[in-house]
Amino acid sequence: MNINHHLDDATLMSYSAGSLSQGMALVVASHLAFCSACRERAEMNDAVGGVLLESLDAETIEDDMLAAILAQIDEPETSIIEPQQQTPRACDPEIPMPLNEYVSGPLDELQWKRIVPGVAYYDMPWQGRGVSRLLRIAPGKSMLTHTHNGNELTLVLRGSFSDEVGRFCRGDIADLDDQIEHQPLVDSDEDCICLIATDAPLRFTTLFGKLVQPMTGF
Amino acid sequence: MNKRPPGDDVDNIIQLKQAEMASADWSNLLGHLAVKPDKRLYARLFSHFAPKVKAYIVRLGVALATAEELTQEVMLSVWRKAHMYHPEKAAASTWIFTLARNQSIDWMRKQKYPQYSLDEWSETASEPGQGEQKVLSDRIAAAIKLLPEKQAQVIYMSYFEGRSHGDIAGRLDIPLGSVKSRIRLASEKLKQIWGGDQYEH
Repeated sequence: MNINHHLDDATLMSYSAGSLSQGMALVVASHLAFCSACRERAEMNDAVGGVLLESLDAETIEDDMLAAILAQIDEPETSIIEPQQQTPRACDPEIPMPLNEYVSGPLDELQWKRIVPGVAYYDMPWQGRGVSRLLRIAPGKSMLTHTHNGNELTLVLRGSFSDEVGRFCRGDIADLDDQIEHQPLVDSDEDCICLIATDAPLRFTTLFGKLVQPMTGF
Repeated sequence: MNKRPPGDDVDNIIQLKQAEMASADWSNLLGHLAVKPDKRLYARLFSHFAPKVKAYIVRLGVALATAEELTQEVMLSVWRKAHMYHPEKAAASTWIFTLARNQSIDWMRKQKYPQYSLDEWSETASEPGQGEQKVLSDRIAAAIKLLPEKQAQVIYMSYFEGRSHGDIAGRLDIPLGSVKSRIRLASEKLKQIWGGDQYEH
């Protein structure tokens, strides 16, 4: 896949550190499933974790832990099977593997909820401070102009959009923070579907945006 | 890294005292476990890594008794998943860190930390530039020690305390952008070493 927009170093490091919210981590993992260049950088950040683990002073371990593990090892084969990994679900090729855990079935068959004409969303099944959802925007429509109090990740799964930063197609990620005010415009012939996450609520900068803010849940 | 045939060095490793084991030795040892289950090797690995895994989990803010349980789970999965480990792809400490991280987060959030796929590790095992991961880890360790305090601090807060950028910004009373630029600067230095560009002692 030809990917032109990649993850910020700071986002990637926090992903490896395990310090991203569930929603942000899902977007990062989904981009990594597409992007070998970012995957290689993620491996370096994992190695940083390994080095830091190695640098820690040892904590005392109960004497019988090793014996307990060795006893468990000797249990019959059946305990070794890990249910999640043994039954890979039928996977729609449009859906990146990490997202496949939470979205079953083709994107077109999801229960989309309309915000305004041409804009719909599908929420991820968890609650957090920020937003974590799929967003579906019709051709020619634009997201409301907004800035962020925190970070915002947008991964394109279908179609494309353009904003002040550039053009984003399938696999591309927009990794933005509060330095940027932007208004993405869908420029593909088909609906643009993105996986998005924020770590804080968005701030809309137009009056209309402020009016619909309570409605959109952003 | 000189390439030795598997099995050749295992007895030498076993003879080494704990303190003499370098990062590469642990990776070789786990590499042997990947090919052939061996409780004697596992016990060596356990006595080195279990106390560090517990220290990591405690730092994340998990209570001691739970940390003990979680450590046992992580170390059990080291045995059970050992066949998925590739010494040419990652150092033993890296691989064990990712297991400890994922299982700790899963426990703390009651939600699986999204991963891009451990299985792909095996498929992409022989990408260019690989084969020296174990040595690279030693270099990264040296480089982390040389980072300016402010950069090291945000890295520690990310990895050891699991803090988000916003959380770190609040704690240190600095703008979000400063947190990110500190992490970027540190990342830039580490990348140069990882990529093999002009590493100077």
